[in-house]
Amino acid sequence: MTERRIRVLICKPGLDGHDRGAKVVAASLRDAGMEVVYTGLRQTPEMVVETAIQEDVDAVGLSLHSAAHMTIFPRVLKLLRKRKADHILLTGGGIIPDEDRRELEEMGVGRLFGPGATSEEIVQYITAEVGRRRAAARAGA
Amino acid sequence: MARGTAATGRKGRREAASAPPPRSSLAEGVRAGDSLSVARAISLAEDRSPEGAALLADLAPSTGRAHRIGVTGPPGAGKSTLVNGLARLMLDGGRTVGIIAVDPTSPFTGGALLGDRVRMQGAAGDPRVFIRSMASRGDLGGLAAAAQDACDVLDAAGKDRIVMETVGVGQTEVEVAGAADTVVVILHPEAGDGVQAMKAGLMEVADVFVVNKADREGADRLVQDVLDVLELRRAAPGDGWRPPVLKTVASTGEGLPALLASVEEHAARSRASGSFDRRRRGRVRSRIRDLVEESLRARVLGAGGDALEGLVDEVVAGRESPRGAALRLLRRVTGGREPGSDHGWRR
Repeated sequence: MTERRIRVLICKPGLDGHDRGAKVVAASLRDAGMEVVYTGLRQTPEMVVETAIQEDVDAVGLSLHSAAHMTIFPRVLKLLRKRKADHILLTGGGIIPDEDRRELEEMGVGRLFGPGATSEEIVQYITAEVGRRRAAARAGA
Repeated sequence: MARGTAATGRKGRREAASAPPPRSSLAEGVRAGDSLSVARAISLAEDRSPEGAALLADLAPSTGRAHRIGVTGPPGAGKSTLVNGLARLMLDGGRTVGIIAVDPTSPFTGGALLGDRVRMQGAAGDPRVFIRSMASRGDLGGLAAAAQDACDVLDAAGKDRIVMETVGVGQTEVEVAGAADTVVVILHPEAGDGVQAMKAGLMEVADVFVVNKADREGADRLVQDVLDVLELRRAAPGDGWRPPVLKTVASTGEGLPALLASVEEHAARSRASGSFDRRRRGRVRSRIRDLVEESLRARVLGAGGDALEGLVDEVVAGRESPRGAALRLLRRVTGGREPGSDHGWRR
């Protein structure tokens, strides 16, 4: 049995329309051999979580440039836990101050990528983290 | 439903023998319509895992109720938008809906960008709709089989209507169209000479034609073109169904109620006339055949994987023919017997 392809959901929650970054990341993940579900703009946290569950993704990447990150990341994390879907990695990027990033990471959000991040870093991080989580799930099963 | 009881009996025995508990609880989750279970089950089926095969066998008695609608047409015809609109109308009519949206896998990287949800935001927000984006993973021709397995899961989960949206025009989407009880073919006026292109394939499988973007120039002519081609087509055997040609503007919802009515009429009529059952038998037959082919191919090429390059060398050097090389590979699996002989495949 070959290893299942990594599936990632890329979303833009909230009201900002800057979807360039999300599209670039989605394309790089596809080029790295992943199956990327892209939903486009204006997703609510509820929609993000419902989509992540239906699509059985390994990771959710949220792109946020609207300064709403301290509301949206914790809300998505909480909903994932509530729906028993917190095996899914929650990561993302955008304009997020270091202080906020640390706080979110302490809550259980995965690594968050800023404007300087390269596609390779993001691909490597998701590949490694999803691999780790899958191994842990197999060991726990 | 007597068949269902018999199947349940078999299932009981098998589970007592070896199956781990998670699988049966997964099947229960699917039957209860739990999203996490349905999603997981589709992944298992999609990955061709042994658990997936066992799970589908467990679910088999619960399938067969849903009506499966295939939606296909050239890229940019408006398939996703139309599926979204149809799904919303179905929900308004009290139905539960499942959607399988297939997008192409890159033949170079194996990755895929699955973007059908961008145009399905209306339906996607509703918990009564389960949408699954699926990559075609074209390597073993598994598109139709995986999509059909996913339909079986949604069927077992109690969805009344399952809509399969295919990738754009090609050959595979005729396959998926063959997986549906009712096939809707969407065309649009800006696709150029669309009717010419689809004379051979889609024209024969369509139960309902849609000319979408009917507010654009050339829509009436396209309708007439399709009608002209249909003139030449015989009525369906059995119920004499003639595919209607409907105009829609999916982005505004115009024409969608008439389309849904037409789909429902086809559903009712094909069920009453027996053509529904005939089609389903045909579909099951070709699924079994496809799966046999797929696993044989995997077995032969898996077992002879190392030998393949050596044979390529021989053929390129002119010491062997491609057919001879293929037979030699096949013999590795059949234990030296000629694959054409009666017992060639046993063992």
